Parts: sequence; structure tokens; C-alpha cells
Amino acid sequence: MPWIDACSTSDIDEEDLIRWDHAGKTFAIYHSPDGEFFATAGLCTHENIHLCDGLVMGNLIECPKHNGQFDYRTGEAMRAPVCVNLKTFPVKVEGDRVFVEVA
Amino acid sequence: MSKRDYSLFGPDAKRAVESGLTAAEWYHTEVPRKVMKDLMARSDQPAIRDTIILYGSMVLFAGIGIALWPSWWSAPFWLAYGVLYGSASDSRWHECSHGTAFKTPWMNNWVYQIASFMIMRNSATWRWSHARHHSETYFVGRDPEIAVMRPPEVAKLILNFFGILDVIKFFPNLVQNALFGPTAAEKTFVPESEWGKVQKVAIVHLSIYLATIALAVWMGSILPLMVVGLPRMYGAWHHVMTGLLQHGGLADNVIDHRLNSRTVYMNPISRFIYWNMNYHVEHHMFPMVPYHALPRLHEVIKDDLPPPNTSIAQAFAEMWPAIKRQVMNEDYFIKRDLPPTAKPYREDFHHYVPGMMPPAAAE
Ligand code: FES
Repeated sequence: MPWIDACSTSDIDEEDLIRWDHAGKTFAIYHSPDGEFFATAGLCTHENIHLCDGLVMGNLIECPKHNGQFDYRTGEAMRAPVCVNLKTFPVKVEGDRVFVEVA
Repeated sequence: MSKRDYSLFGPDAKRAVESGLTAAEWYHTEVPRKVMKDLMARSDQPAIRDTIILYGSMVLFAGIGIALWPSWWSAPFWLAYGVLYGSASDSRWHECSHGTAFKTPWMNNWVYQIASFMIMRNSATWRWSHARHHSETYFVGRDPEIAVMRPPEVAKLILNFFGILDVIKFFPNLVQNALFGPTAAEKTFVPESEWGKVQKVAIVHLSIYLATIALAVWMGSILPLMVVGLPRMYGAWHHVMTGLLQHGGLADNVIDHRLNSRTVYMNPISRFIYWNMNYHVEHHMFPMVPYHALPRLHEVIKDDLPPPNTSIAQAFAEMWPAIKRQVMNEDYFIKRDLPPTAKPYREDFHHYVPGMMPPAAAE
């Protein structure tokens, strides 16, 4: 699987996320409060709303449409109305660059 | 003139999906990410304060009501208790179903469960119906929470100020849920994994009502029902009044909340009972913003919204004639002017839904 240079570490505030589009797919990249980076599919599994306008609280991302929540580290659906887990992607940081391994 | 079919299985429901209306993207006012993050931030403190005031007042009013019972002197205390039980529970149910009232999830859940019981809604069903109400606000045949269906039946709207129709509908549904789980219509928006929960909640609610009725029979008095159950009727008027204003007389089948929702400035008591849902355009556009931050959100985006109604009375004066007009012409709706600072209404989609919302019907 290729590692793709997605963004700079400074592009995402701590406890926040950004949208990242690559090869016709859309992703969400997160900067956790502990300074780690994570990546998931960009669209909520409930109704295909992009998570980039959502709210990061600790390790959770809350969807902006119906307040469904996922743990963005594992993709696990944590709060209704989301029932289906979110796909996650491996992330590594080299220097000040964030790389995502897209499947 | 088109004829609306509000059934979740009817032709309008099918048309809304086939036309692409249900998949269309809603209009949002642009708000800088930093500002929005600040507005979305969660906090326990305002909701803990409000919940203590709410439940404390309920205990106090019901206590005095019971102490003065059966004298008529108890009436004002029952009226106050009733509004908190039969109306404030609606806004608590609503805000906690979004999970935005408190920062701590179990607090949201507890207040949600209690409020669902008081407002006579199955907590496991209505969470889902409300999700649909947000994705497909006032899409005919898709939104299960349309308060004013067209052509409006004014007598029914008036009866519901006393919760009469809601309660008459609720009890057979409760028994059906308790015995067999969700109904066919409920199964269209409640995922199968939750059907068992719907039944469990219904059994708990039904048991409480049966115990209350048994106590009333044993005491030979309706007093227990004055505390549990009846306040959903004698205290419903406030949530019906504010609920009608949310979307009444405005457009349906549109994808711009400025066309189908109403923001109304209200007195502080009504805002406490309604938990700031008078900022209804703001709430629909940004359901992540907790109730206590809605006045701030309003300040941020108001230049992009139609001017708010200035009071409950003024909003009714706008809405009621429109509802009456819809009795004869169900395509009629109010279209409010936007200030010059606002982006134009997002009307592009209307053309793809033939017969559903001819723009010429608006004023
Ligand atoms: S679209 Fe994400 S919770 Fe509904």
C-alpha cells in the first residue's frame, strides 16, 4: 500500500480534524489532544455527511448532521444514530509531514 | 394545486427519494471554523443549573398542589407544574436526543429518558425519527415530525394544545410497542438492531402508567394522575405553541432552513421552558451547537437569515393567517425577505420536484 503525503502537522489544530481528498476518495485526518494523528474515511456511515465540519472531543468525532459519534482511533461507532463503524487508515508522521496509507 | 400525501409509504415519499431531494445538500451560512468550534464546545454547567431549577420547581409545585388538593387553590400550582412536565420535557427530550445539552453522556441520557417518559415518546423510537426530521426537514412523506400537515386541520391543531390527539395516539401505540415491538411505520426509520429496545422502553412506560392508575383506583382519587400522565395534557399548550412556530406556514420540500424554519425572539420564561429552541433556523443549520450557545450563534449568522419574529404574538400573527390560507390552498407558504447582507435563498432544487413547491405560490 502506498504512503501518501497528506498534509503538514501544523495544518490541523490539536483536537481538530481536516478534510483530505485523494484519488477520488475523501478522508478525515485528526490531530488528537495527545498530539497523535489518525485518519478515517471522510463520510459518516449514517448518511454520507462529511465529518470535517464535526467536533473532535478527546478521542471522539461527532458528526455534524445528527450528532452520531465515532472513536476516530478505531473507527468504532459510539453513539446513535451511527451503527456502522468507520473505516480507518494507518498514519505516520515524518518530520512535519503526515502520511496516510491509503488502501 | 398539488395534493400532499404524508404517509411514509406514499407517492410523495417515493418522489422525494427519486427526485434526489433526500440526497441534496442543505444550505449553510459560512462560519469560520474557529468560531464554530467555539460555539460547538460542550459544557455541563448550564444544563446542570437548568435541570436543578426544572426538577426543583416541579417538586415544589407538585408538593404544594398535593398539599392544597382538592381545593381550587391548588390549580395555579398544577398549571405551573403541568407546563414544566408537559412542555419543558419536550425541549429536554429534544436537546438531550442530540446529545448536546450536557458534556457528560450519562447526564444527557438520564434527562433524555425522563423527558421521553413525560412527553410520552418512546425514547428508542423517537431518537431516530428526529434524525430523519433533521436530514429531511419538512420533506413530505419523509419527515415523521411534521407538526402542520397541509391542508392544515385547524380543529386538530387546537385540540393538540391540550395534547388530546397526541395522547389518544400514544396509548394504543404504547401497548402495541410493548406487546409486539415497533409498528410498520416506525420500522422505516428505526434500525432493526434497536427494535428490541423499543419494546423494552414501552414495557417500562406502560408499567409506570398501570401502577399510577392502580394507585388512583386504590386511593379513589385522580391525584396520582395529576402528578403522572395528565400534565402531558393540561401542560402541553406551551410546547405546542412554540412547536407550531418552528415551521408552521413556511415552505416544505426545500433544502434551505431559512425557508422552512422560524427564529422568534421570546421572553426569558418561554426560553427556559423551550431551552432556546426559538433560535430554530440556527438549530437546524447547526445541530451541533448546544442550546446555551444558540444566542451567540444567532449573533454570528443573523445577517444571513430573514429577520427574526419579534415575539410569540407577532410570530403567530404571521403564521396563523398563512395556516388558514393553506386550508384552501395547500401550496401557499410564507417566504420572508432576506436582508441585503444575506446570500440568496437556495431555490435551485425546487425545479426538480414537479408540483411539490411551485415558487409562484410563495409571497
Ligand atoms: S449523518 Fe452522521 S450521524 Fe447522521
